[in-house]
Amino acid sequence: MTTTTAAVISSPPPVRQRRIRSALKHTGLLVFVAFMVYPLVWMVVSAFKPADQILTDPGLIPNDLTLDNFKDGWHALNRPFSVFFLNSLLVTLGSIAGNLFSCSLTAYALARLQFRMRKLYFAITLASVMLPFHVLVIPQYIFFSQFDLVNTYWPLLIPKFLATDAFFVFLMVQFIRTLPRELDRAAWIDGAGPFLTFWYVVLPLMRPALVTTTIFTFIWTWNDFFVPLIYLTRTQVFTVPVALNSMVDSETQSGVGMLFAMSLLSLLPILVFFAFAQKYLIRGIATTGLK
Amino acid sequence: MLTQAERPVEHPSPPDAPAATGKRPAFHLTRQGRAAHVFLIPWLLGFLLITAVPLFASLYLAFTDYDILNPPEWSGLENFRRMVDDEQFWASVKVTLVYVLVSVPLQLGFALLLALILDRGLSGLAFYRSAFYLPSLLGTSVAIAILWREIFGDAGLINKGLALIGIEGESWLQNPSTALATLIVLNVWTFGSPMVIFLAGLRQIPDELYEAARVDGAGVVRQFAHVTVPLLTPIIFFNLILQTIGAFQTFTQAHIVSGGTGGPANSTLFYTLYVYQQGFVAFDMGYASALAWVLMAAIGAITALHFLVSKYWVFYGDN
Repeated sequence: MTTTTAAVISSPPPVRQRRIRSALKHTGLLVFVAFMVYPLVWMVVSAFKPADQILTDPGLIPNDLTLDNFKDGWHALNRPFSVFFLNSLLVTLGSIAGNLFSCSLTAYALARLQFRMRKLYFAITLASVMLPFHVLVIPQYIFFSQFDLVNTYWPLLIPKFLATDAFFVFLMVQFIRTLPRELDRAAWIDGAGPFLTFWYVVLPLMRPALVTTTIFTFIWTWNDFFVPLIYLTRTQVFTVPVALNSMVDSETQSGVGMLFAMSLLSLLPILVFFAFAQKYLIRGIATTGLK
Repeated sequence: MLTQAERPVEHPSPPDAPAATGKRPAFHLTRQGRAAHVFLIPWLLGFLLITAVPLFASLYLAFTDYDILNPPEWSGLENFRRMVDDEQFWASVKVTLVYVLVSVPLQLGFALLLALILDRGLSGLAFYRSAFYLPSLLGTSVAIAILWREIFGDAGLINKGLALIGIEGESWLQNPSTALATLIVLNVWTFGSPMVIFLAGLRQIPDELYEAARVDGAGVVRQFAHVTVPLLTPIIFFNLILQTIGAFQTFTQAHIVSGGTGGPANSTLFYTLYVYQQGFVAFDMGYASALAWVLMAAIGAITALHFLVSKYWVFYGDN
């Protein structure tokens, strides 16, 4: 192996040899992909298997297909899963709106307007990116529970409308800094104040940063478990992850099929999103390091 | 500068700017300052109500005994003293440290290895990148944690697979010595997101450097050691910090796999799971706050350490 690679480096290999190497590489990679994706495929297939066959037969080709897992799982808790999906959708869309609104306003002020506290505010924003959520959550919980907001979505949404996802502020500031300042100046000269400039000049140009923020807010909020687990204790307000957790708690042997069916459904929005937004998503993490 | 001086002559001033050019900068600044603070109302409120006040409140609570029903009672260092004798606290520290120390290097190792393989002009890059990235996207969800529970369950996929080749499996999740390993495997499985960042970093390395190394007779291994790794160190550092901080805060997977208990025998009692149990199951919020501050101090210290050590191994091009 080492001798051939050394030979490859010193002179370009013959076409045939290159083809063989590339075929070997692809074979190895495809085996690895199959290995990595196997658990996901197993979940998909199992969701359609009769419940008693899931754990007895690990194969990917089911003998009989059934939709029972979906039917049973949908009604496994004392409310249909549609309730939880709607709850999750509401929280997710609300969070996206909140982040887009509050983070873009904040970022514009920090990136473009001149005022005395600007550097301090920006430093605070950066520092709060690093702050672990766990030090804040207990007082936040006490705060929201004093206003009787436990079991409502306010504790989940209010922070988003107050620009507390500092990473997105930072991301947008960095993005705005790449836009030519002449555009703002031109708008000022034409008589537009900061508000009109923001709305008509900067915001439309910020599209890529807004898309990245939307994508990651969607995925993080849809997947979020910790915060809804703390604030949402009544079944009717559960988001999908909390509902799944509560299914796990009441799991019996026959429940695996239902769990898989509902888990699969819970991943569908993300998979669909991934299919459509893949390009932006990959670019987003490549340039910002967001997951 | 010149254009700025010319501007009021050539164009009408903004409506509320004074006509006198000389006074303009100062007025300009306060006007922008006022506008800025209007823009910053949400952020200022958020910083105050959602971050600053809770931060100080939690620092105060860390020195109290508080069960949410009765007013907090000052207890001095009692909460911290309690940790010393608290076996569960030490168990959670151990679990978290083992998890960070094992899963982060493994995950980044896989990420780098696959990034290197995919970087070398391979066709089908987009396909592989997506396939490897997908688990990262789903990895922290409850659904995948449930899947993991079943994969490593007694009658799960792993044991079925082992049975095919004649090995008798284990109760992975019931055995304290293997339960944590299953969560490490889960974290390693999500290597796709650091991989994408590595791929972006590898793109930045100029081809000329490889050519120069080749001319000097360097083989693949030496090119890797003397060109790729040194130029990639800022990206490795970035991924390391990001994944370490993330791993310290692992919660969902541990909660689902152990049904919220951290069992068996505390072997999956992640630190954040313990904070949650103390704060929101036992409602011992004073102690939970103290625990949270220890976590913050630990993450702060480890991040600072990373930055200190980085001077010796991270190279930023120009110096």
